[in-house]
Amino acid sequence: MLRITLIRSLTVIPVLLGISVISFLVIRMIPGDVISSIMGQDFGDPEVEAEMRRYFGLDMPVHEQFFTWFGDLLRGDLGTSMRTGQPVLDEILQRLPSTLLLAVSALLVAILLSIPMGILSATRRNGPLDAFARVASLIGLSVPNFWLGILLVYVFSVSLGWLPSQGASEGGGLLDNLKYLVLPAVTLGASLAAINMRMTRSSMLEVLNQDYVRTARAKGLAERVILVRHALRNSLIPVVTVLGIELGALLGGTVIVEQVFAWPGLGTMVIRGISQRDYPVVQGTLLFLAFFYVLVNYLVDLVYTYLDPRLRSGH
Amino acid sequence: MVTEVDTVTEVQARRLGRLRTVGGRGGALLRQLTRDKIGAVGLTLVLLMAAAAALAPVIAPYDPTAMSNQRLATPGGTFLLGADEAGRDLLSRALYGARTSLAVGLVVVGCAAVIGVLLGLLAGFYRGILDAIITPVTDIMFAFPTLLLALAVVAARGPGTENLILALVLVFIPSFARIVRGTAMSVRREPFVESGQAAGLSNARLIFKYVLPNSIAPIAVQFTTSIAYAILIEASLGYLGLGVQPPAPSWGSMLANGKAFMELSIWPSVVPGVCIMIAVLGFNLLGDTLRDVLDPRLRGRTNR
Repeated sequence: MLRITLIRSLTVIPVLLGISVISFLVIRMIPGDVISSIMGQDFGDPEVEAEMRRYFGLDMPVHEQFFTWFGDLLRGDLGTSMRTGQPVLDEILQRLPSTLLLAVSALLVAILLSIPMGILSATRRNGPLDAFARVASLIGLSVPNFWLGILLVYVFSVSLGWLPSQGASEGGGLLDNLKYLVLPAVTLGASLAAINMRMTRSSMLEVLNQDYVRTARAKGLAERVILVRHALRNSLIPVVTVLGIELGALLGGTVIVEQVFAWPGLGTMVIRGISQRDYPVVQGTLLFLAFFYVLVNYLVDLVYTYLDPRLRSGH
Repeated sequence: MVTEVDTVTEVQARRLGRLRTVGGRGGALLRQLTRDKIGAVGLTLVLLMAAAAALAPVIAPYDPTAMSNQRLATPGGTFLLGADEAGRDLLSRALYGARTSLAVGLVVVGCAAVIGVLLGLLAGFYRGILDAIITPVTDIMFAFPTLLLALAVVAARGPGTENLILALVLVFIPSFARIVRGTAMSVRREPFVESGQAAGLSNARLIFKYVLPNSIAPIAVQFTTSIAYAILIEASLGYLGLGVQPPAPSWGSMLANGKAFMELSIWPSVVPGVCIMIAVLGFNLLGDTLRDVLDPRLRGRTNR
């Protein structure tokens, strides 16, 4: 077990390194270069230009730039925003709780919707409920989440006036916070619920066909006991994995859903950075999100190996 | 002598070659696809979208960029599906949007497939140093969340159609490379390839005769589902204002505009959303059915 943990940990390192290199290169891919891009029309004063080039360390050879940048990265220095002068990491840490709150709530929404639906759908296979659940999940997979968000805003904010259409509560009580959270969380959780419902259904069907379930039936156990004791636990293992992996993907999904709801998280920070050409912000936030994604996947992988003994002897 | 080897190995290849359906027996594949209810729906939706895209200039009632004074008109009047905030016909814009979406999807996935297949072949067939370079790089790109990778490229190069395509091609290459590398590695070990090699068939010949045909089925499935995903990401970037630039009609940017005027009229938000949903649903259903028809072993495997 320890060996596998070690091997898995070692494979994460090159991925993290690779992500760092990609993030580093992104800024260097800008047509022309970052300086002319920042200065825009005011471009022209060679002295200012040289000064800025020195400031951003762009007067050094590329490999030196990389090592300087990477050294800073290792010390947790992601640079400073070109607009606010604030360290990028500070703003990331300040906004991270909002994004995590949104992602975890979306995950909760997805679990609460998908697992009961998946189980009902599997146990009433080919019935009307099953048909409904399957069609709903297919549609859920195909609806872009930002569109779902727009529709929800239209129904619950514009038409009914029940929930705020955007932003997050400042201060305020628990109920007030929840009001702002509901729509973004449902929006982000819906597509995940769709994937997960399909997963729960097929996993449940597979388990219900196993010999031990037939044995349980044969010895006269109540159907409810069979479902809860035998089928549910075993069928949830793959479901949990998918959920874990999707938690990482949710962080990517938040970028666009946050934009729809003007949610004060990392997603709106990236988009603001892009539109303001604030490169350190873009680079830092993307790097952070990608790191987070890889680490979450890695942890899920480890937990899964731990849960499923068949994988432990693994390759 | 070469021909003899060809026929012998061919017979054995056929055993594996049931997957070749796409190339050789298109008619049979079509029949299988349409016999499946879901496949038929998917195919219909895809054809519908293709027709809308191809015939947009003929069937669109108005110029998609022509403004009028009927701002935010409701459906049914002059404009069948209503008008947007600048009085532009939503139906015409939706039709031209299908063009943008499908063109971007096809170009992106087409390029990504060609590059990915090539990389996968190099890595899986030749192995060695090529594999040692290509595979870790694609793995790392795979580890990057899709939308973030696309955002990073667009952030660096600025919004616009060309950069959007570049970003998406980069995003879709790894999945093709992975699939082809896998099949290339396993097919390479098959006796018919070894015997072909022993008989002196060139590597290129081995690749075209055995490796590629055996990779076609998973590539076809990946191609179809990737288009669905590409349409979705194109719309997402369009919504964020980072995709195809206005006034060219794109479903994503139409939605962004629609949202801004949602309190006055919901139609500009409904029309493009329904279009995206239909397109993505169509390619997803088609991809799912293709997977079932072409390769039952792949069934149920989740796709990125």
